[in-house]
Amino acid sequence: MAVVFEKPKALTDAVFHYCPGCPHGIIHRLVAEVIDELGIEGKAIGVAPVGCAVMAYDYFACDMIEAAHGRAPAVATGIKRCRPENVVFTYQGDGDLASIGMAETVHSAARNENITVIFVNNAIYGMTGGQMAPTSLPGQVTQTSPYGRDVNHCGWPIKVCEMLSTLEGPEYITRVAVNNVKNVKNAKKAIKKAFQNQIEGKGFSLVEVVSACPTNWGMTPQQALEWVESDMLPYYPIGVYKDRTAAKEGTV
Amino acid sequence: MANVTFHTDLCKGCGLCVNACPKGILAIAADKINKKGYSPAVMTDQEKCIGCAFCATMCPDCIITVEK
Repeated sequence: MAVVFEKPKALTDAVFHYCPGCPHGIIHRLVAEVIDELGIEGKAIGVAPVGCAVMAYDYFACDMIEAAHGRAPAVATGIKRCRPENVVFTYQGDGDLASIGMAETVHSAARNENITVIFVNNAIYGMTGGQMAPTSLPGQVTQTSPYGRDVNHCGWPIKVCEMLSTLEGPEYITRVAVNNVKNVKNAKKAIKKAFQNQIEGKGFSLVEVVSACPTNWGMTPQQALEWVESDMLPYYPIGVYKDRTAAKEGTV
Repeated sequence: MANVTFHTDLCKGCGLCVNACPKGILAIAADKINKKGYSPAVMTDQEKCIGCAFCATMCPDCIITVEK
């Protein structure tokens, strides 16, 4: 019998510290599978965020750097400009990328830095215990919005892909989800394309992965994935928001 | 005939593999407890497994190996 599925080599043997059913593990694995398939483990450099994925450096077998909160795209910019032969990616959550790190994200996209950004959106601050994030949905109950997010008081959730796709700079902006097998497989394709774009020198690629947080949403893992389908995806629709190469070739 | 192996000691019992299995042959073993203190996922009927690897695709902890 041939092995059709096993843990990718670009993941270490460290046991994930994530809660049961946390899709971070799935997304880590997808990134690692892409690193394996492209054969870039030796030259990949990852930048870990602050947030639940803060210890991503323990899990990826490639070189990793820990950035200050939200500054992963700035750190990645520095690495990529000094070492253009390496493949540089960031792995960030919504509190990191869409809140404290919004400036770094927007400007690195505007400059079309040749880096790959994996953005995990679970609509809540996971590590600190479930406070409202810039991506929390209207009416969503969190620790700091116990009566549901009031958009008149707290503003509206930020749609990162839609916003960044209005810029001239970035090469590839897409949103995927990991709530079922089909979406997981599509998410891997998008992540692979984001890495290939960098290898081909095309520029800034961002993959937003709509994820879940069963613990802080107060749901079972399966209920959380159903909530992604019923509540999150209508507000954060899956799709390719910008693909400059495909637009030039007229395939989109 | 396919073979699914669980690294049971690392399972957190989230049940995403159970829900992903199209044949409905995975279950959370409520009467077992692993080293981490969770009730792990187990295969109930290996004969019916088709080796689609949907369970492994949804497993957040990479504890499933599928052979076919």
